[in-house]
Amino acid sequence: MKPSGFTYHRPQTVDEALDVLGRVGPEGKVLAGGQSLVPMMNMRLAAPAELIDINRLTALDYVQVEGDGAGAAVRVGATARHTTVERDTAAFTVLPLLRQALSHVAHSTIRNQGTTVGSLVHADPAGEMTAVLALLDGSVEVRSAHGARCVSASDFFVGPLESCLEPDELATSAVFPVPEGRSGSAWLEVARRHGDYAVCGVGAVLRLDGDARVVAARTGYISVDATPVVLDLGEVIGRVPYDTADWDAAGRYAAAQLQPEGDIHASAAYRRQLAGVLTSRALSAAARHALARHDIMTEVPQ
Amino acid sequence: MTTRSLGEPVARREDPRLLSGQGRYVDDIGTGALEVAFVRSPHAHARIVDIDVTGALDVDGIVAIYTHEDLPGRVGEPLPLLIPHDALTHGRTPYPLAKDEVNHVGEPIVMVVATDRYVAEDACDRIQVEFDFLPPVVGIEVARDAEHLVHDDVPGNVAARLVQESGDARAAVAQAPHVLELDLEIERSASMPMEGKAVFARWDADDTSLRVYTSTQASTSVRAAVAAKLELPADRVEVVAPDVGGGFGVKIVHPWPEEILVPWAAVTLGREVKWTEDRREHFVSSAHERGQLQHVKVGFDSEGRLHGLDVTIWHDNGAYTPYGIIVPIITTTQLLGPYKPGAYRAECFSLYTNTVIVTPYRGAGRPQGCFAMERTMDAIADHLGLDRAVVRERNFIRPDEMPYDHGLVFQDGRPLIYDSGDYPASLDKLKKLIGWDEFDDYRAAARAEGRQVGIGMACYVEGTGVGPYEGGFVKVETDGSVVVATGLTTQGQGHQTAFAQIVADELGVPVEKVTVTTGDTRRFKYAVGTFASRAAVMSGNAVALAARNVREKALRIAGEALEADPRDLEIVDGIVQVKGTPGATVPLSTVAVLSNPLRYAFDEETQRATQFATPGDPEKPPVAEDDEPGLEGTDYYSPARSTFANGMHAAIVEIDPDTAEISILRYCVVHDCGTLINPRIVEGQIHGGVAQGVAGALYERMVYDDAGQLLNASFMDFLMPYATEVPRIEADHLETPSPLNPLGIKGAGEAGVIPGASVLASAIEDAEGFRISRMPISPSELYELRQRHERREQNTTNTKDSR
Repeated sequence: MKPSGFTYHRPQTVDEALDVLGRVGPEGKVLAGGQSLVPMMNMRLAAPAELIDINRLTALDYVQVEGDGAGAAVRVGATARHTTVERDTAAFTVLPLLRQALSHVAHSTIRNQGTTVGSLVHADPAGEMTAVLALLDGSVEVRSAHGARCVSASDFFVGPLESCLEPDELATSAVFPVPEGRSGSAWLEVARRHGDYAVCGVGAVLRLDGDARVVAARTGYISVDATPVVLDLGEVIGRVPYDTADWDAAGRYAAAQLQPEGDIHASAAYRRQLAGVLTSRALSAAARHALARHDIMTEVPQ
Repeated sequence: MTTRSLGEPVARREDPRLLSGQGRYVDDIGTGALEVAFVRSPHAHARIVDIDVTGALDVDGIVAIYTHEDLPGRVGEPLPLLIPHDALTHGRTPYPLAKDEVNHVGEPIVMVVATDRYVAEDACDRIQVEFDFLPPVVGIEVARDAEHLVHDDVPGNVAARLVQESGDARAAVAQAPHVLELDLEIERSASMPMEGKAVFARWDADDTSLRVYTSTQASTSVRAAVAAKLELPADRVEVVAPDVGGGFGVKIVHPWPEEILVPWAAVTLGREVKWTEDRREHFVSSAHERGQLQHVKVGFDSEGRLHGLDVTIWHDNGAYTPYGIIVPIITTTQLLGPYKPGAYRAECFSLYTNTVIVTPYRGAGRPQGCFAMERTMDAIADHLGLDRAVVRERNFIRPDEMPYDHGLVFQDGRPLIYDSGDYPASLDKLKKLIGWDEFDDYRAAARAEGRQVGIGMACYVEGTGVGPYEGGFVKVETDGSVVVATGLTTQGQGHQTAFAQIVADELGVPVEKVTVTTGDTRRFKYAVGTFASRAAVMSGNAVALAARNVREKALRIAGEALEADPRDLEIVDGIVQVKGTPGATVPLSTVAVLSNPLRYAFDEETQRATQFATPGDPEKPPVAEDDEPGLEGTDYYSPARSTFANGMHAAIVEIDPDTAEISILRYCVVHDCGTLINPRIVEGQIHGGVAQGVAGALYERMVYDDAGQLLNASFMDFLMPYATEVPRIEADHLETPSPLNPLGIKGAGEAGVIPGASVLASAIEDAEGFRISRMPISPSELYELRQRHERREQNTTNTKDSR
């Protein structure tokens, strides 16, 4: 379990990094937190000839809340660690789902080193942040020596462990939009051991109106398909008061939409069962969260 | 009085060093040595057609590449069959490097020696091996069907057929008022020590001597094996087990191919050579255990008392049998637990498969045996509508029936005779600890909240301290410190503390004065090894006996110095004194000086022992004819047979009605390993054992596909539980001393793990209301079982309706 040989690059600026990426082409691989890449290299499942370490790009080490009202978002730079994002108070205030989901990402020692943008680029269908980005209709900002582009989550994840990044491109930040209105969220998952990849994970974002009726409900799933899956359950639930909503029916509906596969840890049927159960539980938790958050937020002096 | 330390929860003296990163494991030794990597078989069963190493020859830093053809003399012969047995009619062992055929994924084929491991792995990537595929035999049923053979010359894939019998079990079952049959299965797991195997060898051409550091549980025996294979005089080979990062059984197997190949390469190349196993190698080229199918046929009366027990076992021994059939022997004997089975018969078929070899892993066949017996106890209780604890109690061997002879042969070749134990008292303690009799109320309250809970129990008896012997060396230095050596090895058990406690008490010195060396053939040449919960019993008693010899000699010499009868002397805090006479004292350090008549003095202390300082009797030799210089002693402990510890576990589980996730709410242990040397160490052993028991019940398994590929060969997919998965453990002790040894102790090393799968199966069955007959169990499997059970109930209801 020793990696094969590689050339190590440690650019000091984003431009320098883009320059190296452009030069090395398909032989290159970006090293951020390395929590997935390094084990893969040690097992020689990945053998990049050129390794571009972006950890010196401190300009990309940020978490910031942009805008307010409709269009508000949390932007996370490419070298921001999961822990930094998880603990960011401003981000948590506007977008609690980030912390809710991040607390399920592996263990704290891994979150201390691993980066949120890195996990998106890794595009593991079991990675919590892929589904969070998809659930929020977020996007990834991508740069190369030739320019920049912004890729929506639905285009970004191409397949298991495959994003749409070109070899000369660097994902410089990810944008997680803040849901509008009186919203609440929840992230639930079942893993075989604490901190393991989820057998199934479900995130829910739900919006209530002033009469506590459900006006929008979306769920995002990990470990049930090759890429993160998002379902809109607003119609299924209907515009009903949150406390009369049939979450179990929504869960059954959601489970029927998914095509999970079995593996050595769980059968396909069990995954589907989990998806349904966790959907109903996550929706219910998100509704209660919306209510609680709203009450708390009205008490904060403007 | 010296503070008595035996029986006290003395803090482990090795921990500050080990926990602060000061441990020295094999890979910490030999910096700069050449390093080894292996090309291992990617296929489960194949003939080797050709090996082409040319691609690797131009890799910078390659020193040597070896295949089987390159191995001379005995080095190239098959590895030894360590424990032969009459029933093992078709024992097979591998070559150190595969010759012609591979029989499991991971079997070594080519050895690469290079300047470092990176280069060695680069070279391995460039070596081409051409194979002719043979049909893989994977899984016990496939091996039993024997449509294909693992070894051409082993019919039916049967390595051994072993029968243990006491009375006419089949007749007893046939005549019993009630009969039940159960099919039970336990899957494979493995020891998985934090440190894998590792070997470092240094050949001293000037001294013509070889020193081998290896992460082993049996250094003296590795020494014998290396000397034999390399055809060196044993006297020129030293083997040292430095700090060893866990063993749990896998490192009792020896010599591993690497333990021969690395020393051989060091001698051949005249260079230091090292190999450190990585985790992927450990998964596919060390050893596994546990995989067994078991069919139980039991006859009993309406009281739940056993009349006859007839068990058939199919044991998966993997590709080879270097460690003999120890695991099935232990299952067939230890299955009986604390019970009287009536007539008993166990027949075991040990079967070859194209998978990693199977050798003892902590528990060593006992968890499977316990599973057979304890599932049977629960089934009887269920069948008769009796309390599960009552059925167990009715079948217990009573304290007044000890010693109890089962009429069988144990793993040491000696009769299976339990020496002591009070099972009814243990059960009583356990029921109180967990609240067995109050559980129905708890269950009802939980049910009212929509929670699904269950309780289970399991009992076991563990034969510990198997022979043939261990030895101990104790020496008092002239500064009053005490050094102790024993030949068996340490993998984290706390021997530096426990053995020091024993010697400190025997000698009358503070425990801080005593240092202990284990597993170093330079310090003690005769030993068997650390396995089968034997170290405390065997070496504990050996160092105690050696210390008694030293004490006797110290009192004799001090008696001369103090002009007192040795019988009137005592040793307190390292000082010899006349009982009840203050002032007349001599420290042990001085006694040590006096014990060794000197011509030369190096300091003030030793001046007292020189020829002109000691008057003595001019007519007598300075060292008497029947005496030896030095205040030291060696002794051995060799028991007639094993001593039997026991324990009982109970657990309460809660299971999610929707997700089938299993949580352990309480886990209680009552444990009896005789006299306790150090309760803290024993509790630590129990905690570690329970963690591995929980692992085997809910998490760990080896997932082989039909082609013999191990699909979960990493810690990502092999689910060793984290601290977050291990429940808080509530433990209580009983101390029923063993009459067989001077200290009255029994082994404790494997105890915690044995009933894990049984007690959790019992609790899950209780919570779910349907039979659990296969462990480990995952939430996914439990969910599928629920679905199957519901369908079956539906069918039953439909059938009834149609009538």
